[in-house]
Amino acid sequence: MSVANCYLPWEAEIVERTQETPDIFTWRLRFTDPEIARQYTFQHGQFNMLYLYGVGEVAISVMSGDGSSLLHTIRAVGRVTQAMMDLRVGDRVGVRGPFGRGWPLFDARGQDIVFVTAGLGCAPVVSSIRYVVANRPDYGRLVIMQSVRYRHEALWAPQYDAWRGLPDTQVLLTSSRDKTRWPLWELGRVGVLLDQADYDKNNCYVMMCGPDQMLRDTAKTLIEKGVPGPRVFVSLERNMQCAVGHCGHCQMGGKFVCKDGPVFPFPEVAALMETEGF
Amino acid sequence: MAEVPRYFPRARLAELISVVQRAGFRVIGPRVDQGALVYREIDGVEDLPQGLTDEQAPGHYRLAANGTQRHFSWANGMSAIKPFVYAPRERLWRVDRDTHGIHFRPLMSIAPRTAILGVRACDLSALILNDAHFLRNLYPDPYYRLRRENLLLIAVNCSHAASTCFCASTGDGPEVSGGYDLLLNELEEGYLVHSGSPSGDEILQKLATARPSRRQLDQARHQLDACRQQQRAMPPAPRLTGLMSRLDHPSWDAVAEQCLACGNCTAVCPTCFCHREVEAPALDGQSSVHRRDWDSCFNEDHSYLVGMLVRPDIKTRYRQWMTHKLATWQEQYGRSGCVGCGRCTTWCPVGIDFVAQARRVLEDEA
Amino acid sequence: MEHKPKIAIHKFASCSGCQLAFVNMGEDLIELLQLVDLVHMAEVGSMAPEDQQVDIAFIEGSITTPHDVDRLLKIRANSACLITIGACATSGGIQALRNNADSGEWMRSVYAKPEFIQSLSTSAAIANHVKVDFELWGCPVSSRQMFTAIRTLLYGVPPLSLREKVCQECKRRGNVCILVTQDAPCMGPVTRTGCGALCPSFGAPCYTCYGPAEGVNTASFGQRLIGLGLHPDQVARRFASINNAAPAFSEATRLFAGEEGKS
Repeated sequence: MSVANCYLPWEAEIVERTQETPDIFTWRLRFTDPEIARQYTFQHGQFNMLYLYGVGEVAISVMSGDGSSLLHTIRAVGRVTQAMMDLRVGDRVGVRGPFGRGWPLFDARGQDIVFVTAGLGCAPVVSSIRYVVANRPDYGRLVIMQSVRYRHEALWAPQYDAWRGLPDTQVLLTSSRDKTRWPLWELGRVGVLLDQADYDKNNCYVMMCGPDQMLRDTAKTLIEKGVPGPRVFVSLERNMQCAVGHCGHCQMGGKFVCKDGPVFPFPEVAALMETEGF
Repeated sequence: MAEVPRYFPRARLAELISVVQRAGFRVIGPRVDQGALVYREIDGVEDLPQGLTDEQAPGHYRLAANGTQRHFSWANGMSAIKPFVYAPRERLWRVDRDTHGIHFRPLMSIAPRTAILGVRACDLSALILNDAHFLRNLYPDPYYRLRRENLLLIAVNCSHAASTCFCASTGDGPEVSGGYDLLLNELEEGYLVHSGSPSGDEILQKLATARPSRRQLDQARHQLDACRQQQRAMPPAPRLTGLMSRLDHPSWDAVAEQCLACGNCTAVCPTCFCHREVEAPALDGQSSVHRRDWDSCFNEDHSYLVGMLVRPDIKTRYRQWMTHKLATWQEQYGRSGCVGCGRCTTWCPVGIDFVAQARRVLEDEA
Repeated sequence: MEHKPKIAIHKFASCSGCQLAFVNMGEDLIELLQLVDLVHMAEVGSMAPEDQQVDIAFIEGSITTPHDVDRLLKIRANSACLITIGACATSGGIQALRNNADSGEWMRSVYAKPEFIQSLSTSAAIANHVKVDFELWGCPVSSRQMFTAIRTLLYGVPPLSLREKVCQECKRRGNVCILVTQDAPCMGPVTRTGCGALCPSFGAPCYTCYGPAEGVNTASFGQRLIGLGLHPDQVARRFASINNAAPAFSEATRLFAGEEGKS
């Protein structure tokens, strides 16, 4: 984001709206100022601050697109996002961004790519999966591991089926709270998938998003299995308000998650993820 | 003090203030308010304290007569100069809604040209840290910058250290080393004055000054030397990083029993920068103002995430404040975030001693 | 907006000061009445029945009689959103001091024919009887807070509940801490924000009228007040004020009143 005032949002119009699940929706946004739309670029894993008129801002990762067609998938969990769910096509919102450090997709070329996600708010990873799929020849094997609480909550399920059919690609799914096991699904947390994953642990990049505890446990398991620590990347969630490293809320030890992250090589944050309160 | 300073008698301090005022600045100086010194706007020398000193201890601040004619014979007041650059409440932008959409515009209030008289070494060190945070950043803060660029800083070397001062141990005082426009040493009968910038030169040229005597120069040096003898000392910065390997130390629990999580320490700290963003919609629904208010890591919503608080209790919040200030700050800005002013200790309603607490965690009794 | 939202302000045991906060909005009240229909507010004479459906019901006052309970249940059943305004409605008010006394004995000593008085033995917060959607503390509430709550609800969003200590706002205003400079028994470090640090801004110590803040440490603070020279019983009384029945404060009252017994 290059602008004289890093706090000032730009106006954007909701040009398309999709209800993905009862509490998840996707907006396609377009900056109303064509100059802003033209200049806007982002990296996968970065986020925007979306502003709801009269209410406030929330940090939401960028799914895909450019300034004239910007996709955000939002889960209505807080007071702002719940009210955002009521907005309709044609309504205006504020957008500033993109902010933060994204996934190392450039460095990861030629390597096997392992995505691990837990929970529903995994837009940061889904955009990268799409990127890798779109640039398949640049990468080695692709392994996608996803855990959800209940199978019926799985977002983008049709996509997973499509990805499963790609060459050198493995899609592993599990549901942690279901009682019934479905074809192609496991029961349990994401850890149950790790043994089935087929990738070259010495030549891979792992990209994960989900709750802190899952990230920490999975990262440690992968490192124990032989994946080099610096090749394991996690996307962290903290209280982001200014998004530019000023307001202090997202600090994790010496890191400002908004600008030093939200994507970190696991060793940079491993120690603090072990302690409650950071 | 490299170059030779100039001298003017105490009676001429009023002239310095009016020269600064005539140059187009409002002048902020120390004033007595509710029993303490605070930086407020002054009209002239008559608004300054005279013959007063401060007695500070954990949770305790009193002003007392010291029988001198001095205006600056105290260590520090409640606030540093932080509020004049990083406002406690800053309006950031306004959004108006009409049939065409929503329209954002920045609210850059015109920062008045502001001279601050009486700035201490610790205040200036803190300002350099404020600059590092708000300006030497990938995203410079335009609101901070506007206020910062309109400052004229008239510093004063300390002639008295409060019992809560420890700037000598952090390397931030008591002697001012840079970052000022003018620097005063207050003597029994007048002032030594240095200029530190072209703006300072300009003001100094308009002021009748003389060559100081040897005795006056000696007096200034002796005052500073006396000031270096302080009762408290923060362990050196490399040692402070050890706080991060003592996150389970029992003294965090002990301090949490005493701490009120009221956030007075973070508010008076000259380097604390946390703020929350606040939306203030107009009642008629046609516009809204977005602002930022000082926040504190002692508040529950500071670490709010959907469905949880990262720091749910006083222990984790106190630990966040201390480890950030003394240890992880070094990772962010290359030095500790503490400049040794002691305000957090003086203005703590229950008198928690910041230095003593750091030493308890580090098991450092020195 | 298809219809103008309907708002009601209902009064229970209270001094009406919180309703007056509405009236004190001045010009903003005229603005507000463009946006909403005020269907019930005894102080200004509009008196729709309690079973009229409303979008927002503001409740002032505490529950002290069986009749109050009947009215309140009716209001709750007919309100989309119920907001308590002020200390009485939110914590039981100053009159909750009677909860620790023998109210029957009081009545016998004051009234010639106490048998005609239908009174509950306690003064209770609204939340003790029905679900409360949002609380606005204060004695009285600030009109600014009420606006913000209404405006936010009109945007379809629950109001923000800021529970930080008064000290935070006091410092934003640049006030000198009179506890530190004058040993004043200012209750700011345990009291919830919302008043704009009104009393300390005029050099007067805070007396808890916005109720307990989040995460208060009343034990440590009470000890500090004793250190400033207060007798434990005086400390207990500092907590047993307008919001004496708020749990954090009633526990603190018991703690320090008990200490007196020990000494």
